[in-house]
Amino acid sequence: MVQVFAVLLACQLAGEVVARMSGVPVPGPVIGLMLLFAVMAWRQRISAVLPAASGDGTLEATAHGLLRHLSLLFVPAGVGVIQRLDVLGRDGVALVVALVVSSVLGLVVSALVFRALARRSAGGPA
Amino acid sequence: MTRDPFALWVYLAERPLLWLTVTLVAYGLADRLSQAARRHPLANPVLIAAAMIGAVLLGLGVPYDRYFDGAQFVHFLLGPATVALAVPLYENRHAVRRALVPMAAALVAGSVVTLVSAVLILMAFGVSPAVMASMAPKSVTAAIAMAVSEGMGGDPALTAVLVILTGIFGAMVGLPLLGALGLGEARAAGFAVGIAAHGIGTARALQFSPEAGAFAAIAMALNAVLTALLAPPLFRWLMVQG
Repeated sequence: MVQVFAVLLACQLAGEVVARMSGVPVPGPVIGLMLLFAVMAWRQRISAVLPAASGDGTLEATAHGLLRHLSLLFVPAGVGVIQRLDVLGRDGVALVVALVVSSVLGLVVSALVFRALARRSAGGPA
Repeated sequence: MTRDPFALWVYLAERPLLWLTVTLVAYGLADRLSQAARRHPLANPVLIAAAMIGAVLLGLGVPYDRYFDGAQFVHFLLGPATVALAVPLYENRHAVRRALVPMAAALVAGSVVTLVSAVLILMAFGVSPAVMASMAPKSVTAAIAMAVSEGMGGDPALTAVLVILTGIFGAMVGLPLLGALGLGEARAAGFAVGIAAHGIGTARALQFSPEAGAFAAIAMALNAVLTALLAPPLFRWLMVQG
Protein backbone atom coordinates (compact mmCIF):
# COMPACT_ATOMS: atom_id res chain seq x y z
CA MET A 1 0.00 0.00 0.00
CA VAL A 2 2.74 2.46 0.99
CA GLN A 3 4.87 1.21 -1.90
CA VAL A 4 1.99 1.66 -4.32
CA PHE A 5 1.47 5.24 -3.15
CA ALA A 6 5.18 5.84 -3.67
CA VAL A 7 4.86 4.50 -7.23
CA LEU A 8 1.79 6.68 -7.94
CA LEU A 9 3.46 9.80 -6.56
CA ALA A 10 6.74 9.03 -8.37
CA CYS A 11 4.86 8.71 -11.67
CA GLN A 12 3.06 11.99 -11.01
CA LEU A 13 6.31 13.70 -10.05
CA ALA A 14 8.06 12.43 -13.18
CA GLY A 15 5.01 13.59 -15.18
CA GLU A 16 5.25 17.09 -13.69
CA VAL A 17 8.96 17.23 -14.52
CA VAL A 18 8.35 16.14 -18.13
CA ALA A 19 5.45 18.62 -18.51
CA ARG A 20 7.49 21.56 -17.15
CA MET A 21 10.71 20.75 -19.02
CA SER A 22 9.13 20.02 -22.39
CA GLY A 23 6.44 22.70 -22.30
CA VAL A 24 3.86 20.28 -23.75
CA PRO A 25 0.36 21.37 -22.73
CA VAL A 26 -0.47 18.15 -20.86
CA PRO A 27 -1.07 18.05 -17.09
CA GLY A 28 1.64 16.25 -15.08
CA PRO A 29 -0.77 13.62 -13.68
CA VAL A 30 -1.88 12.70 -17.22
CA ILE A 31 1.76 12.10 -18.22
CA GLY A 32 2.07 10.18 -14.93
CA LEU A 33 -0.87 8.02 -16.05
CA MET A 34 0.99 7.15 -19.27
CA LEU A 35 4.17 6.36 -17.28
CA LEU A 36 2.30 4.02 -14.94
CA PHE A 37 0.74 2.33 -17.96
CA ALA A 38 4.26 1.79 -19.36
CA VAL A 39 5.44 0.49 -15.98
CA MET A 40 2.58 -2.03 -15.93
CA ALA A 41 3.31 -3.14 -19.49
CA TRP A 42 7.00 -3.65 -18.67
CA ARG A 43 6.72 -4.75 -15.07
CA GLN A 44 7.98 -8.30 -15.59
CA ARG A 45 11.29 -6.90 -16.76
CA ILE A 46 11.63 -4.13 -14.21
CA SER A 47 10.19 -5.93 -11.19
CA ALA A 48 13.60 -5.86 -9.50
CA VAL A 49 13.41 -2.07 -9.05
CA LEU A 50 9.64 -1.89 -8.53
CA PRO A 51 8.64 -4.54 -5.99
CA ALA A 52 5.23 -2.98 -5.41
CA ALA A 53 4.33 -3.22 -9.07
CA SER A 54 5.63 -6.72 -9.56
CA GLY A 55 2.27 -8.34 -9.99
CA ASP A 56 0.98 -9.50 -6.59
CA GLY A 57 -2.23 -7.50 -7.09
CA THR A 58 -1.41 -4.77 -4.54
CA LEU A 59 -1.16 -2.11 -7.24
CA GLU A 60 -4.54 -3.07 -8.71
CA ALA A 61 -6.22 -3.30 -5.30
CA THR A 62 -4.89 0.08 -4.15
CA ALA A 63 -5.74 1.82 -7.44
CA HIS A 64 -9.28 0.46 -7.46
CA GLY A 65 -9.67 1.45 -3.79
CA LEU A 66 -8.59 5.02 -4.56
CA LEU A 67 -10.80 5.22 -7.68
CA ARG A 68 -13.86 3.87 -5.87
CA HIS A 69 -14.09 7.25 -4.13
CA LEU A 70 -12.90 9.42 -7.02
CA SER A 71 -16.06 11.55 -6.61
CA LEU A 72 -14.96 12.60 -3.11
CA LEU A 73 -11.79 14.17 -4.51
CA PHE A 74 -13.82 16.69 -6.56
CA VAL A 75 -15.77 17.99 -3.56
CA PRO A 76 -13.24 20.69 -2.45
CA ALA A 77 -13.12 22.11 -5.99
CA GLY A 78 -16.91 21.87 -6.22
CA VAL A 79 -17.35 23.99 -3.10
CA GLY A 80 -15.35 26.69 -4.96
CA VAL A 81 -18.55 27.51 -6.87
CA ILE A 82 -19.47 29.80 -3.94
CA GLN A 83 -16.65 32.14 -5.01
CA ARG A 84 -18.27 32.97 -8.36
CA LEU A 85 -21.93 33.18 -7.42
CA ASP A 86 -21.94 36.81 -8.69
CA VAL A 87 -21.03 35.87 -12.29
CA LEU A 88 -23.34 32.87 -12.16
CA GLY A 89 -26.11 35.26 -11.13
CA ARG A 90 -25.40 37.85 -13.84
CA ASP A 91 -24.86 35.56 -16.84
CA GLY A 92 -26.59 32.56 -15.27
CA VAL A 93 -29.17 31.81 -17.97
CA ALA A 94 -26.65 32.07 -20.83
CA LEU A 95 -24.10 29.94 -18.97
CA VAL A 96 -26.62 27.24 -18.05
CA VAL A 97 -28.04 27.04 -21.60
CA ALA A 98 -24.55 26.92 -23.17
CA LEU A 99 -23.32 24.34 -20.64
CA VAL A 100 -26.35 22.05 -20.97
CA VAL A 101 -26.77 22.22 -24.76
CA SER A 102 -23.06 21.90 -25.59
CA SER A 103 -22.62 18.99 -23.16
CA VAL A 104 -25.63 17.12 -24.58
CA LEU A 105 -24.43 17.72 -28.17
CA GLY A 106 -20.92 16.58 -27.26
CA LEU A 107 -22.19 13.42 -25.54
CA VAL A 108 -24.49 12.43 -28.40
CA VAL A 109 -22.05 13.25 -31.23
CA SER A 110 -19.15 11.41 -29.52
CA ALA A 111 -21.22 8.28 -28.88
CA LEU A 112 -22.79 8.32 -32.38
CA VAL A 113 -19.42 8.67 -34.15
CA PHE A 114 -17.86 6.02 -31.91
CA ARG A 115 -20.64 3.54 -32.58
CA ALA A 116 -20.75 4.17 -36.34
CA LEU A 117 -17.00 3.53 -36.73
CA ALA A 118 -16.86 0.66 -34.21
CA ARG A 119 -19.51 -1.12 -36.29
CA ARG A 120 -17.69 -0.53 -39.53
CA SER A 121 -14.31 -1.76 -38.24
CA ALA A 122 -15.72 -4.76 -36.35
CA GLY A 123 -18.44 -5.69 -38.83
CA GLY A 124 -21.09 -5.36 -36.13
CA PRO A 125 -21.54 -4.24 -32.53
CA ALA A 126 -19.01 -5.96 -30.31
CA MET B 1 -8.39 25.52 28.55
CA THR B 2 -11.16 27.25 26.58
CA ARG B 3 -14.66 27.41 28.06
CA ASP B 4 -15.92 30.17 25.77
CA PRO B 5 -17.70 28.42 22.83
CA PHE B 6 -16.99 31.34 20.52
CA ALA B 7 -13.26 31.20 21.26
CA LEU B 8 -13.32 27.46 20.63
CA TRP B 9 -15.12 28.06 17.29
CA VAL B 10 -12.55 30.67 16.26
CA TYR B 11 -9.78 28.23 17.16
CA LEU B 12 -11.26 25.32 15.21
CA ALA B 13 -12.44 27.35 12.22
CA GLU B 14 -8.87 28.39 11.53
CA ARG B 15 -7.45 24.86 11.63
CA PRO B 16 -7.40 22.33 8.76
CA LEU B 17 -8.85 19.57 10.97
CA LEU B 18 -12.38 20.98 11.09
CA TRP B 19 -12.85 21.52 7.33
CA LEU B 20 -11.17 18.25 6.40
CA THR B 21 -13.56 16.44 8.75
CA VAL B 22 -16.55 18.38 7.38
CA THR B 23 -15.55 17.40 3.80
CA LEU B 24 -15.36 13.69 4.62
CA VAL B 25 -18.55 13.69 6.71
CA ALA B 26 -20.49 15.62 4.04
CA TYR B 27 -19.29 13.19 1.35
CA GLY B 28 -20.20 10.22 3.57
CA LEU B 29 -23.73 11.60 3.99
CA ALA B 30 -24.03 12.44 0.28
CA ASP B 31 -22.86 8.95 -0.69
CA ARG B 32 -25.41 7.36 1.68
CA LEU B 33 -28.14 9.53 0.13
CA SER B 34 -27.01 8.53 -3.35
CA GLN B 35 -27.10 4.84 -2.35
CA ALA B 36 -30.53 5.27 -0.74
CA ALA B 37 -31.70 6.77 -4.05
CA ARG B 38 -30.25 3.65 -5.78
CA ARG B 39 -27.59 5.79 -7.48
CA HIS B 40 -30.24 7.90 -9.20
CA PRO B 41 -28.36 10.35 -11.46
CA LEU B 42 -29.96 13.39 -9.82
CA ALA B 43 -28.57 12.28 -6.42
CA ASN B 44 -24.99 13.03 -7.48
CA PRO B 45 -22.69 12.81 -4.43
CA VAL B 46 -20.34 15.63 -5.59
CA LEU B 47 -23.29 17.98 -6.05
CA ILE B 48 -24.95 17.09 -2.72
CA ALA B 49 -21.72 17.28 -0.69
CA ALA B 50 -20.55 20.55 -2.30
CA ALA B 51 -23.99 22.13 -1.83
CA MET B 52 -24.09 21.15 1.86
CA ILE B 53 -20.59 22.46 2.55
CA GLY B 54 -21.15 25.61 0.46
CA ALA B 55 -24.32 26.39 2.42
CA VAL B 56 -22.46 25.93 5.74
CA LEU B 57 -19.60 28.22 4.63
CA LEU B 58 -21.96 30.93 3.34
CA GLY B 59 -24.15 30.64 6.43
CA LEU B 60 -21.22 30.98 8.82
CA GLY B 61 -19.36 33.55 6.71
CA VAL B 62 -16.26 31.34 6.38
CA PRO B 63 -14.13 32.29 3.34
CA TYR B 64 -13.39 29.56 0.77
CA ASP B 65 -9.61 29.90 1.28
CA ARG B 66 -10.01 29.01 4.96
CA TYR B 67 -12.09 25.97 4.02
CA PHE B 68 -9.53 24.93 1.38
CA ASP B 69 -6.71 24.94 3.96
CA GLY B 70 -8.35 21.80 5.33
CA ALA B 71 -9.88 20.38 2.15
CA GLN B 72 -6.61 20.59 0.22
CA PHE B 73 -5.55 17.22 1.65
CA VAL B 74 -8.46 15.60 -0.19
CA HIS B 75 -7.93 17.79 -3.27
CA PHE B 76 -4.27 16.72 -3.41
CA LEU B 77 -5.25 13.07 -3.96
CA LEU B 78 -6.68 13.99 -7.39
CA GLY B 79 -3.13 13.80 -8.80
CA PRO B 80 -2.29 10.24 -7.66
CA ALA B 81 -5.89 9.17 -8.47
CA THR B 82 -5.44 10.42 -12.06
CA VAL B 83 -2.22 8.38 -12.30
CA ALA B 84 -4.12 5.37 -10.87
CA LEU B 85 -6.53 5.53 -13.84
CA ALA B 86 -3.71 3.71 -15.68
CA VAL B 87 -4.83 0.52 -13.90
CA PRO B 88 -8.37 0.20 -15.39
CA LEU B 89 -6.92 1.43 -18.67
CA TYR B 90 -4.27 -1.31 -18.62
CA GLU B 91 -6.79 -3.97 -17.64
CA ASN B 92 -8.92 -3.00 -20.66
CA ARG B 93 -5.98 -2.41 -23.02
CA HIS B 94 -7.12 -5.00 -25.58
CA ALA B 95 -10.58 -3.43 -25.91
CA VAL B 96 -8.96 0.02 -26.17
CA ARG B 97 -6.51 -1.10 -28.87
CA ARG B 98 -9.35 -2.56 -30.97
CA ALA B 99 -11.20 0.77 -30.83
CA LEU B 100 -8.43 3.19 -31.85
CA VAL B 101 -10.17 4.45 -35.02
CA PRO B 102 -13.60 5.05 -33.43
CA MET B 103 -11.87 6.75 -30.49
CA ALA B 104 -9.86 9.15 -32.65
CA ALA B 105 -12.91 10.16 -34.72
CA ALA B 106 -15.23 10.48 -31.70
CA LEU B 107 -12.62 12.54 -29.88
CA VAL B 108 -12.24 15.15 -32.62
CA ALA B 109 -15.97 15.32 -33.43
CA GLY B 110 -17.12 15.46 -29.81
CA SER B 111 -14.49 17.94 -28.71
CA VAL B 112 -15.07 20.39 -31.57
CA VAL B 113 -18.89 20.18 -31.39
CA THR B 114 -18.84 20.83 -27.62
CA LEU B 115 -16.53 23.83 -27.82
CA VAL B 116 -18.07 25.48 -30.88
CA SER B 117 -21.68 25.06 -29.70
CA ALA B 118 -20.88 26.48 -26.26
CA VAL B 119 -19.22 29.59 -27.74
CA LEU B 120 -21.95 30.14 -30.38
CA ILE B 121 -24.70 29.96 -27.74
CA LEU B 122 -22.91 32.47 -25.50
CA MET B 123 -22.41 34.72 -28.55
CA ALA B 124 -26.15 34.62 -29.23
CA PHE B 125 -26.77 35.69 -25.62
CA GLY B 126 -24.29 38.56 -26.07
CA VAL B 127 -22.05 37.80 -23.07
CA SER B 128 -18.55 39.29 -22.87
CA PRO B 129 -15.61 37.65 -24.71
CA ALA B 130 -13.93 37.03 -21.33
CA VAL B 131 -16.88 34.90 -20.19
CA MET B 132 -16.87 33.07 -23.56
CA ALA B 133 -13.15 32.32 -23.17
CA SER B 134 -13.81 31.06 -19.64
CA MET B 135 -16.53 28.69 -20.89
CA ALA B 136 -14.81 27.36 -24.05
CA PRO B 137 -12.48 24.74 -22.42
CA LYS B 138 -14.97 23.69 -19.69
CA SER B 139 -15.18 20.00 -20.66
CA VAL B 140 -11.59 19.12 -19.74
CA THR B 141 -9.81 18.63 -16.46
CA ALA B 142 -9.47 21.85 -14.42
CA ALA B 143 -5.67 22.23 -14.62
CA ILE B 144 -5.70 22.35 -18.44
CA ALA B 145 -8.97 24.27 -18.74
CA MET B 146 -7.75 27.06 -16.47
CA ALA B 147 -4.47 27.47 -18.37
CA VAL B 148 -6.26 27.47 -21.74
CA SER B 149 -8.89 29.95 -20.52
CA GLU B 150 -6.27 32.34 -19.17
CA GLY B 151 -4.33 32.19 -22.45
CA MET B 152 -7.48 33.24 -24.33
CA GLY B 153 -8.30 36.14 -21.99
CA GLY B 154 -10.73 34.27 -19.73
CA ASP B 155 -11.07 34.14 -15.94
CA PRO B 156 -9.43 30.92 -14.63
CA ALA B 157 -11.49 30.93 -11.40
CA LEU B 158 -14.75 31.12 -13.38
CA THR B 159 -13.43 28.36 -15.66
CA ALA B 160 -12.77 26.15 -12.62
CA VAL B 161 -16.38 26.64 -11.53
CA LEU B 162 -17.73 25.87 -15.03
CA VAL B 163 -15.50 22.78 -15.26
CA ILE B 164 -16.99 21.42 -12.04
CA LEU B 165 -20.59 22.23 -13.04
CA THR B 166 -20.03 20.65 -16.47
CA GLY B 167 -18.60 17.52 -14.84
CA ILE B 168 -21.53 17.20 -12.45
CA PHE B 169 -24.04 17.76 -15.26
CA GLY B 170 -22.34 15.25 -17.56
CA ALA B 171 -22.08 12.69 -14.77
CA MET B 172 -25.77 13.14 -13.96
CA VAL B 173 -27.30 13.04 -17.45
CA GLY B 174 -24.61 11.37 -19.61
CA LEU B 175 -25.26 7.65 -19.16
CA PRO B 176 -29.09 7.88 -18.76
CA LEU B 177 -29.37 10.14 -21.84
CA LEU B 178 -27.19 7.91 -24.02
CA GLY B 179 -29.03 4.84 -22.74
CA ALA B 180 -32.39 6.39 -23.65
CA LEU B 181 -31.09 7.16 -27.17
CA GLY B 182 -29.92 3.57 -27.65
CA LEU B 183 -26.25 4.63 -27.37
CA GLY B 184 -25.63 3.06 -23.96
CA GLU B 185 -23.03 0.48 -25.04
CA ALA B 186 -20.25 0.62 -22.42
CA ARG B 187 -17.34 1.67 -24.67
CA ALA B 188 -19.19 4.36 -26.67
CA ALA B 189 -21.03 5.78 -23.66
CA GLY B 190 -17.94 5.72 -21.43
CA PHE B 191 -15.87 7.47 -24.08
CA ALA B 192 -18.57 10.13 -24.64
CA VAL B 193 -18.86 10.83 -20.91
CA GLY B 194 -15.06 11.17 -20.64
CA ILE B 195 -15.05 13.73 -23.48
CA ALA B 196 -17.99 15.78 -22.17
CA ALA B 197 -17.45 15.50 -18.41
CA HIS B 198 -13.74 14.77 -17.64
CA GLY B 199 -12.93 13.22 -14.23
CA ILE B 200 -16.35 13.62 -12.60
CA GLY B 201 -17.92 11.81 -15.56
CA THR B 202 -15.15 9.21 -15.37
CA ALA B 203 -15.90 8.62 -11.68
CA ARG B 204 -19.54 7.95 -12.61
CA ALA B 205 -18.57 5.70 -15.55
CA LEU B 206 -16.32 3.64 -13.23
CA GLN B 207 -19.35 2.99 -11.00
CA PHE B 208 -21.27 1.85 -14.09
CA SER B 209 -18.62 -0.62 -15.32
CA PRO B 210 -14.81 -0.94 -15.37
CA GLU B 211 -14.88 -1.01 -19.19
CA ALA B 212 -16.90 2.23 -19.42
CA GLY B 213 -14.52 3.74 -16.84
CA ALA B 214 -11.45 2.78 -18.87
CA PHE B 215 -12.86 4.39 -22.02
CA ALA B 216 -13.88 7.49 -20.05
CA ALA B 217 -10.37 7.77 -18.60
CA ILE B 218 -8.68 7.64 -22.00
CA ALA B 219 -11.22 10.09 -23.48
CA MET B 220 -10.58 12.51 -20.63
CA ALA B 221 -6.80 12.34 -21.14
CA LEU B 222 -7.01 12.69 -24.94
CA ASN B 223 -9.52 15.56 -24.78
CA ALA B 224 -7.27 17.44 -22.33
CA VAL B 225 -4.44 17.30 -24.87
CA LEU B 226 -6.63 18.08 -27.89
CA THR B 227 -8.38 21.02 -26.17
CA ALA B 228 -5.05 22.53 -25.10
CA LEU B 229 -3.87 22.45 -28.72
CA LEU B 230 -7.14 23.20 -30.53
CA ALA B 231 -9.13 25.59 -28.32
CA PRO B 232 -6.99 28.75 -28.75
CA PRO B 233 -6.96 28.81 -32.60
CA LEU B 234 -10.59 27.64 -32.81
CA PHE B 235 -11.72 30.30 -30.34
CA ARG B 236 -9.83 33.04 -32.21
CA TRP B 237 -11.43 31.91 -35.47
CA LEU B 238 -14.92 31.99 -33.91
CA MET B 239 -14.30 35.49 -32.55
CA VAL B 240 -13.29 36.74 -36.02
CA GLN B 241 -16.36 35.13 -37.61
CA GLY B 242 -18.67 36.51 -34.91
